Amino acid sequence: MENNQNIIEVNELQTSFFVGGKEVKAVDGVTFSVPSGKTLGLVGESGSGKSITSLSIMRLIAEPGKVKGGEIKFNGENLLDKSEGKMRRIRGNQISMIFQEPMTSLNPVFTVGDQIAEAVMIHQGLSKKEALKKALEMLELVGIPSPKARLKNYPHELSGGMRQRVMIAIALACRPELLIADEPTTALDVTIQAQILRLMRNLQDELGMSVILITHDLGVVAETCDYVAVMYSGKIVEYADVNSLFANPKHPYTVGLLKSLPRHDIDQEGELSTIKGMVPTPDDMPKGCRFAPRCPFARDMCRESLPHLEEEENGNQVRCWIHTDKWDGPEVNVKHDYESAASQQS
Amino acid sequence: MAETTVNKPAAKPPSPTIENLKTIFKKLRKNKAAMVGGYLIIFFVIVAIFGPLFTTGSPSAIDPTNRMAPPSADNWFGTDHQGRDIFTRIIHGMSITLYIGFSSVLIGAIVGVFIGLVSGYYGKKVDAILMRCMDVLLAFPGILLALAIVSVLGGSLQNVIIAVGIFSVPMFARIVRGSVLAVRKLEYVDAVRALGASDTRIIFRHVLPNIMSPIIVQATLRMATAILTASGLSFLGLGAQPPTPEWGAMLSAGRNYMWDSPHIALFPGLAIVIVVLAFNIFGDGLRDALDPKTK
Amino acid sequence: MLVYIIRRLLQTIPVLLGVTILVFSMMHLIPGDPAQIIAGESASETQVEQMRERLGLNEPLVVQYGKFLGGVIQGDLGNSIRSGNPVSAEIGARIMVTIELAVYSTILSIFLGLIAGIVSATKRYTFWDTSIMIVALFGLSMPNFWLGLMLIQYFALPPLQWFPVSGWGTPGHIVLPVITLGTAGAAIIARMTRSSMLEVINQDYIRTARAKGVKEKYVIYKHALRNALIPVVTVVGLQFGVLLGGTVLTETVFAINGMGRLVIDAINARDFPIVQGSVLVIALLFVLVNLIVDLSYRFLNKRIELD
Repeated sequence: MENNQNIIEVNELQTSFFVGGKEVKAVDGVTFSVPSGKTLGLVGESGSGKSITSLSIMRLIAEPGKVKGGEIKFNGENLLDKSEGKMRRIRGNQISMIFQEPMTSLNPVFTVGDQIAEAVMIHQGLSKKEALKKALEMLELVGIPSPKARLKNYPHELSGGMRQRVMIAIALACRPELLIADEPTTALDVTIQAQILRLMRNLQDELGMSVILITHDLGVVAETCDYVAVMYSGKIVEYADVNSLFANPKHPYTVGLLKSLPRHDIDQEGELSTIKGMVPTPDDMPKGCRFAPRCPFARDMCRESLPHLEEEENGNQVRCWIHTDKWDGPEVNVKHDYESAASQQS
Repeated sequence: MAETTVNKPAAKPPSPTIENLKTIFKKLRKNKAAMVGGYLIIFFVIVAIFGPLFTTGSPSAIDPTNRMAPPSADNWFGTDHQGRDIFTRIIHGMSITLYIGFSSVLIGAIVGVFIGLVSGYYGKKVDAILMRCMDVLLAFPGILLALAIVSVLGGSLQNVIIAVGIFSVPMFARIVRGSVLAVRKLEYVDAVRALGASDTRIIFRHVLPNIMSPIIVQATLRMATAILTASGLSFLGLGAQPPTPEWGAMLSAGRNYMWDSPHIALFPGLAIVIVVLAFNIFGDGLRDALDPKTK
Repeated sequence: MLVYIIRRLLQTIPVLLGVTILVFSMMHLIPGDPAQIIAGESASETQVEQMRERLGLNEPLVVQYGKFLGGVIQGDLGNSIRSGNPVSAEIGARIMVTIELAVYSTILSIFLGLIAGIVSATKRYTFWDTSIMIVALFGLSMPNFWLGLMLIQYFALPPLQWFPVSGWGTPGHIVLPVITLGTAGAAIIARMTRSSMLEVINQDYIRTARAKGVKEKYVIYKHALRNALIPVVTVVGLQFGVLLGGTVLTETVFAINGMGRLVIDAINARDFPIVQGSVLVIALLFVLVNLIVDLSYRFLNKRIELD
């Protein structure tokens, strides 16, 4: 991975929340990068720290949270070193974000047109009139029918799918280089989900931007992403190109996630397998590998010490003892042996 | 979808039984301001009960030779225009103030909760009529309703209690009605009804315990308003009559002398402020502890 | 919207009727014989009978109420027992003072309350926030008549003598009564604004605004405040009513010749038509203000369905 090809490189990012004198490490040493023009899927269960990671990139972590360490290099410059004023000029301009809840992410007291125009006025210094013209173009671009009338609508007059299109219009109004989409389709109906994802993909091709797509849905990842980073409890456990990840998942957690994905291409009998147990709470963080308590292959070494993120020849990375020389258990093929091991798990 | 988490939150919070009281108390203890308010209230109650035993003179003992004396070692808060010791009168007035506040809120709560329960539970026409009646009462803003009632009944301590009680009814009725509507939507009320429980049983066994929190919060905050309103009526000469050591009445009698002796109007007012403040702080804290919306 | 206005107007009618019924019944709820009580204990039997006649108490209740309501609609509230003047004239001579007092106090409480609430919310958990909230708690817990007395004591009496002790008319007369009446309202509005702002600041659309690169100043004053003010509007309406009622005490403290004084004097003189008339007028005024506030709330809060 050469530097000049990556739009963004996140190194050892640490973001914590300080509640009642205690530190909760929401993001604990996360490292990944996104090649220019590509889409990275950031995958994990709720509470894995993926949303906090994205808000850290935007530098929108609110009190009592704080980015404690690491670096976020965007076009080679560390965002964490930027003044708030400089950062503000990047937000909505070079890096944009869309959120999970289109129903509540638009300001109810302003018209849709005003909200799209605002971003353009801030970053491109256009007059209100020109900005509204631009807003109209954006509404057309995101495929909203009769855009002229919609411009004067208030958010409550639009459906969820329409509102998410408006959010996309706001985010893309200044042609950002990087779009962060935090579960953009989770709150929408299945049919609308597909439409929004297709729209995002088309716009990405058209505008040539890079995308970080945050999701818990591996199905969405398979359809839209080039690379995947799997997060668990504030750490990346596996990073791979999308083909390798689906064909040959390395981390037991990734395999668990894949197994719990309903498949439409083959007839499946019985129940969907799920991963047993729960995501560890911050008060009860395992000492070793954080997935060890739920992992069907876990051994004493897993419970005692945390493995490193090891890079393989093809650039893919995995954080698991099984794939190291130090593994002291019997040889395991994670993908094939997962189910039999899981069935023996108590 | 690959949603793998299994920890779904429980659908319905348990009703506020003993265990809940414990957690409420725990939350309350974390809120320092609320604890201060609570301790102050306990202190006031103790003063109201035992205070008069420790004051030396009678609250109405006149001393013409020692009129309007400024605060001193003998008369901590000074004496009033008839030479009565203001500190003694304030201590004796504590029980009157708490008594007015408590009994008027009790009247308001009993009537208001009843109306709210009936209105919320039966709905439809009963609800419409009762709520319009409450709207009518609420159309007389602030102290005006209490004032109108006292003007009809005549000025006395007892009538002030009734007036302030009626003044509190619509607040309780509205809050209870709202809570009942929310509780009624819960499935288990339907389940209980399906089991053949009577309306009264459902209301008192299943609905009322579930809406105790907002009632308690409202009652505490209402104490503050009731004490303020009652002291206002007494100040206007429509409540407790002299020589009762009621604080509002003391202010009313003392205001003509404050030109020369500021302390006459200062201390009874401060007493009202501190008692009302304690109930407001405690009520705020209770609301934070009991309101599921706040963490 | 028009449909809503009409429906809201129609809803007001039963409340107004209820208010007139209640005010009408005041005379009949007096324990004992109202004619005797109003005429006074020393009145002779013929005087009591004359009073009964004058108050129309001999007629059936329904007829009495009909006449009362008919009078109210035509602006005839009966005659004062003491002066014999029409009640409407007595009220008319005093009402503007009271409305002025209530309006100025409302303006003061909105002004102070909003500033304090916004500062408190934006500087949450700082010295300023804590101080403002403590002051607001005191403002809320103070009897306004006592606050008035204290203001007179320290600012109207020697040595300062900055303002007149009593009366109404010059700008100097306005200051102390308006502070007296407006403080509690300011405290309530400050607390409301603070909690409303804090709730709004955590909303998703505020995060959207920040993610757009909006300056923090505009995030607060454009995106957050517009939303936070919506619930505050209803409180302002209620406060105006409470202030109208509160004028009774303030006018007594500052010897202002408004409706509040009129009511108190009338109660003491058992001049019931005046009491009834004044209470009715204040209640009607309050219902009207609430109606206006309600409609503007609807207008501001576009999220409410306009069905």
